[in-house]
Amino acid sequence: MTAPLDAPGKAAEAEPEAVVAGVSGKAIQGRSLGQIAWLRLKRDKVALAGAGVVVFLILVATFAPLIVGWFGHPPNEFHQEMIDPSTMTPKGGSGISGEFLFGVEPLNGRDLFSRVVYGARISLLIAFLATVLSVVIGTVMGVMAGYFGGWVDTVISRLMDIFLAFPLLVFAIALVGVLGQFEQQLGVQGDTLRILLLIFVIGFFNWPYIGRIIRGQTLSLREREFVDAARSLGARGPYILFREILPNLIAPILVYATLLIPTNVLFEAALSFLGVGIQAPTATWGGMLAQAVKFYTVPHFMFFPGMAIFITVLAFNLFGDGLRDALDPKSSR
Amino acid sequence: MSEPLLSVQGLEKHFPVTKGLFKRQVGAVRAVDGVSFDVFKGETIGLVGESGCGKTTTGRLITRLIEPTGGKVVFEGNDITHMSQSRIRPLRRDMQLIFQDPYSSLNPRHTVGAIVGAPFRIQGVKTEQGIKKEVQDILALVGLNPEHYNRYPHEFSGGQRQRIGIARTLALKPKLIIADEPVSALDVSIQAQVVNLLEDLQNELDLTYVVIAHDLSVVRHISDRVAVMYLGKIVELADRKSLYDAPMHPYTNALLSAVPIPDVKHRGDRERIRLQGDVPSPLNPPPACRFHTRCWKAQVVCKTEEPPLVELAPGHQVACHFPENADKISAPAAAKVARNVQDAQHPKGTIA
Repeated sequence: MTAPLDAPGKAAEAEPEAVVAGVSGKAIQGRSLGQIAWLRLKRDKVALAGAGVVVFLILVATFAPLIVGWFGHPPNEFHQEMIDPSTMTPKGGSGISGEFLFGVEPLNGRDLFSRVVYGARISLLIAFLATVLSVVIGTVMGVMAGYFGGWVDTVISRLMDIFLAFPLLVFAIALVGVLGQFEQQLGVQGDTLRILLLIFVIGFFNWPYIGRIIRGQTLSLREREFVDAARSLGARGPYILFREILPNLIAPILVYATLLIPTNVLFEAALSFLGVGIQAPTATWGGMLAQAVKFYTVPHFMFFPGMAIFITVLAFNLFGDGLRDALDPKSSR
Repeated sequence: MSEPLLSVQGLEKHFPVTKGLFKRQVGAVRAVDGVSFDVFKGETIGLVGESGCGKTTTGRLITRLIEPTGGKVVFEGNDITHMSQSRIRPLRRDMQLIFQDPYSSLNPRHTVGAIVGAPFRIQGVKTEQGIKKEVQDILALVGLNPEHYNRYPHEFSGGQRQRIGIARTLALKPKLIIADEPVSALDVSIQAQVVNLLEDLQNELDLTYVVIAHDLSVVRHISDRVAVMYLGKIVELADRKSLYDAPMHPYTNALLSAVPIPDVKHRGDRERIRLQGDVPSPLNPPPACRFHTRCWKAQVVCKTEEPPLVELAPGHQVACHFPENADKISAPAAAKVARNVQDAQHPKGTIA
């Protein structure tokens, strides 16, 4: 019934009906669904490569200060000596050298390597936390809509339609711009405020995508007989929701969360590019791209942050697709 | 006989059919429309009928998975028809349900131990040697390896899964088990194993069964008494032997004639009754006798007067104006039937 695996799995399936205790001699290893998914994932080299890059990116973001300490210069340190004063561009075109791995920025000569590394922090932090926010809201709303049905479902489903029809980008630009003015009232300021705002805006408006999937899954799970079995045993609503239905939703939640992260990376980059995200001088990939547009004669300035976004998005997408194939082999192919 | 363990009286379930924005009710599917029977301790009662005749709905009404529209369900002297879920919870220990589809009735994310142990946790039952020991004993009882405690349902075959389902049902040592098509999703060879297991368990644990099935041979094998349903009503209720040997309701007769005969030489011995047309919709069932649209014996009276379910022979209840096997009918009932037949031949008003 599951994908053919190696010998022990086959032995378990070929086991005769009704093994009486003590008859079977050799021990047969049971496998949980998680173990089976892991075995499937291990055979998917593309997904593994994606996972490897994802892990690498997370490590880079976590240890950014260390990495920059070894291989670069502080991200906001000016290096005017690297700039050709007549053109305001880096000496020698890009300034790439053993000291400046990705070269330097035009105008002020900041170390591009350090800025890309620090940019990973902002990008991943916002993408992760926004995804967490979306997943939490989406799961709660989706499960409620699917499980309770009736008017609850109607209200939540219409709410999702409204959110999905929202001109999100325009609204996000306006919201970040407006809320950014209320530094005193909100009690936070600077980058912290901007990061929180971006997490909120990106996370809060993306929940319907997860919500719809979870609602559909819950609808179909609710009709399965094991839910009736629990009810006929006298289980209450919370038991059915948390013990019977929720464990079956972990796979889709995990998959769509992984696929939502790259979308959020792109969205954060887009907002920073448009100038409503994190403000200079803090390094972000989107912000760097926005700067780079003005210096199209120095292509490396656009290349490195652009590649960083591209690789991040690609890695998460490949990993997410592989995860979906591994956790739910029926959904594709 | 003594007090019945379960008594179902005039049970009804009408599923509303709604239309439009304001959910205006435009009709009702009469899935179960006045079903009555008693189940006595230690017996097995079979509930047979075509798809859509309301067998499964009846089972779910008895276990209160769905709310009855009318009638009464009395279990061990308690009227549970409209009892609140919190009051019915302790009673659920004594009344359990076996499900049809062993692939859907076990949660794929739970281990066998968690599935079979769930009744203890849900009902808050304390066990002497811990839940694990108890669960392993039950697994051994249904013929599964107790060491499979930590395995997941996907590691088992269909028959093994059904055994897991049965183990869960048995966990709290219920008095009454309602088996909803317990073997129809299984291979024929496995069906026999599971049916025999159910019988063994009955002898061992003193169980009472209500077996819902569409397979007449399975029901014949396992039941003491059999109820035949048609469009939400019981048309015939009798002990196994008299029902299979001398069915009185034409519908039962037609059903039995459709059971394949394994021996080729004897195929000619019995006449196959072919019913005309489809089962009418329970949304708009035919008036009076619901079977009259397909019955070859139907007369005017069948379309105007509903035949009550009455005892025509000892322990043999039939709802028909013109029952078959008339020689088995006991004397007082025979007179009534004879009058029906006479009326049909000379309908009132046409006699000069």
